[in-house]
Amino acid sequence: MSRIPEAFADGPAFVPYLAAGDPNYEDSLRYVEALEAGGADVIELGLPFSEPIAEGPTIQSAVVRSLEGGMTPRRFFEFVEDLDVSVPLVCMTYYNLIYQFGEEEGPRPFVEKAAEVGLDGFVVPDLPAEEADPLRDACDEFDLDLIFIVAPTTKGERLQRIMSQVSGYVYVQARLGVTGAQADVSDQTTDSLSRLSAWDVPKAVGFGISSGDHAERIVAGGADGIIVGSALVDIVAQGHEAGDDPAEIARRLTDLSEELVAGAGRGFAQRVPKAERT
Amino acid sequence: MSEASETDETRPGKFGEYGGQYVPEALMPAIEELTDAYQRYVLDNEDGFMDEFRQRLRDFGGRPIPLQRADRLSERYDREVYLKREDLLHGGAHKLNNALGQVLLAKYMGKERIVAETGAGQHGTATAMAAAHLDVPCEIYMGERDINRQRPNVFRMRLNGSEVNPVTTGRGTLKEAISETMRDWATNVEDTHYVIGSIVGPHPFPAMVRDFHSVISKEAKRQFDEQVGTQPDAVLACAGGGSNTMGAFAAFVPDESVGLYAVEAGGSSLTVDEEAGVAPNSASLSTGTEGVLHGARTKVLQDRDGQIMESHSVSSGLDYAGVGPELAHLVDTGRVHAVNVDDDAALTEFHRLSQLEGIIPALETAHAFAFLERDHESLGETVMVNVSGRGDKDLEAAIEETAKRDIDIAPDMSVFQGAMR
Ligand SMILES: Cc1ncc(COP(=O)(O)O)c(C=O)c1O
Repeated sequence: MSRIPEAFADGPAFVPYLAAGDPNYEDSLRYVEALEAGGADVIELGLPFSEPIAEGPTIQSAVVRSLEGGMTPRRFFEFVEDLDVSVPLVCMTYYNLIYQFGEEEGPRPFVEKAAEVGLDGFVVPDLPAEEADPLRDACDEFDLDLIFIVAPTTKGERLQRIMSQVSGYVYVQARLGVTGAQADVSDQTTDSLSRLSAWDVPKAVGFGISSGDHAERIVAGGADGIIVGSALVDIVAQGHEAGDDPAEIARRLTDLSEELVAGAGRGFAQRVPKAERT
Repeated sequence: MSEASETDETRPGKFGEYGGQYVPEALMPAIEELTDAYQRYVLDNEDGFMDEFRQRLRDFGGRPIPLQRADRLSERYDREVYLKREDLLHGGAHKLNNALGQVLLAKYMGKERIVAETGAGQHGTATAMAAAHLDVPCEIYMGERDINRQRPNVFRMRLNGSEVNPVTTGRGTLKEAISETMRDWATNVEDTHYVIGSIVGPHPFPAMVRDFHSVISKEAKRQFDEQVGTQPDAVLACAGGGSNTMGAFAAFVPDESVGLYAVEAGGSSLTVDEEAGVAPNSASLSTGTEGVLHGARTKVLQDRDGQIMESHSVSSGLDYAGVGPELAHLVDTGRVHAVNVDDDAALTEFHRLSQLEGIIPALETAHAFAFLERDHESLGETVMVNVSGRGDKDLEAAIEETAKRDIDIAPDMSVFQGAMR
């Protein structure tokens, strides 16, 4: 078993995302470590792909910065080894990069290498459950989790199919569209969560969460965790553009992480334990 | 349509190992809905969909379009050369076959909005026309670089009432425009249909787009019977994504005596600049490797890590790093020959066809003629070239590209200096 289930064991999990290597290798290491300092329970690390069809403008720009800085799958694995963090790490990338790695055809070499450097699982936004068997098999072989995204449009048979494939946690997409921070969070979330109530994996909600307030509402609505990407990537992008000191940028990342963790905590406190309701 | 649908789909959505559905989860329900609609309306003609489609292709599109003997080319190459004149289809390119089919399908499905991407602007133009004709609001994504290369088409789309959204990411060509349109679709999937412009993307697009375009080869087959009395020995078509290619091939695929040639853009060179991540060509069938791009497993131009490379062609409609999965499969099985010609050769034939036949071809189409010029001796007695589109949209690009080269058959424009450019 991977280390991911533990991360959700006590209280709501905070799952931040950053693109590895954004805006450069050295600073990016520090930024990821700043997330753990701010209370991250699991960290999603983006391995940039040239055609990120599920990402909005914020993460697209991060991908460009990282690729221009020379990020490759091999560098990514070095990056994971160089990181000084102890929470579980999930690799978020697109299927072509997983498929092309190594001499042998298919996803196995990539997964083997991921296990070797200490990754815990994958999120692959362009790999639906229908096409996922080869990656699922490799993940089983090396004891890694395969996390799937459930969209507001996912219903019926598709939900069942995903349920039979998912492990680690399920990524509940809070609204339709691509990634990007929002001023408000969607109320589609509660609806989505209720459809998943029978699933025995933790439910982490993402897409659009950018403040402690959002985190509070999402967790109060029943989420087991919150996933935050673009709001954090924005901090990196703006700091980088303004030429700010990387230590200062890291501090801002820690600050926002703490705000999100605190919000999630408040949300959790509002939840009435089942036992008390009856 | 059934015979075309069976050309080479080994399992639904798969052409050998190619094809499939590699898209974000948010799109999967829409793709299932579309797959269902494709089955019912296109394959089973529910509610008379295909009857209405054929009728509109006739009355609005101008089909059937001629199969014309090219007298001077026949003489030049000492064989019978026939032209399938898709450039005479309404809008000036084969693209209307598909655009009209998909916009009509969107209406049958009750969708309220259309999005599309475009490279050369021909698919965007065809979609804008079909959307105006069928009264559906339409937004089109187009790379900024392509907007600059194809201004007349941008104006045509706007004239027909479509929005045109510039895409600035990457090199601002078709690849980026497709990614951006997929993002729009993922955001507005409940009321929007994505009219994809070639036989690319997730299932059912490659099969469905082929079916809409297969009218080209079905018509040609019948015309060969009636006008010539024999079927062609070879069929040539230029391949970007491959829609006019598969349209021209589909009905001939079961007939092994017909040689099928997909002519790709060799650009300025077939070798790749790994360092810069740029392929100076768009020849994904000839030089690409298996990968996953824009929802399908197919042949793509990629680096060793799997990053998709920027492609290049003098013709924006061929400038794409991928190709349709069915075509990739037919090349692997040996049924289709993947060949390529470079920018210079295509530009030269752009001039030659204009002079010899009075047909100014699209720069895309000119690639097929460049292959004919180079390899006609191996092509048999009777050759059909699919004239995928006319070159009006390319005049600005042709002036500029001709000026950069020494093409002996190009018109001498120096006497007009000052008046041109
Ligand atoms: C005239 C013409 N021919 C060919 C193409 C290439 O597309 P496909 O290979 O999908 O037919 C285009 C694309 O825009 C085009 O405009």
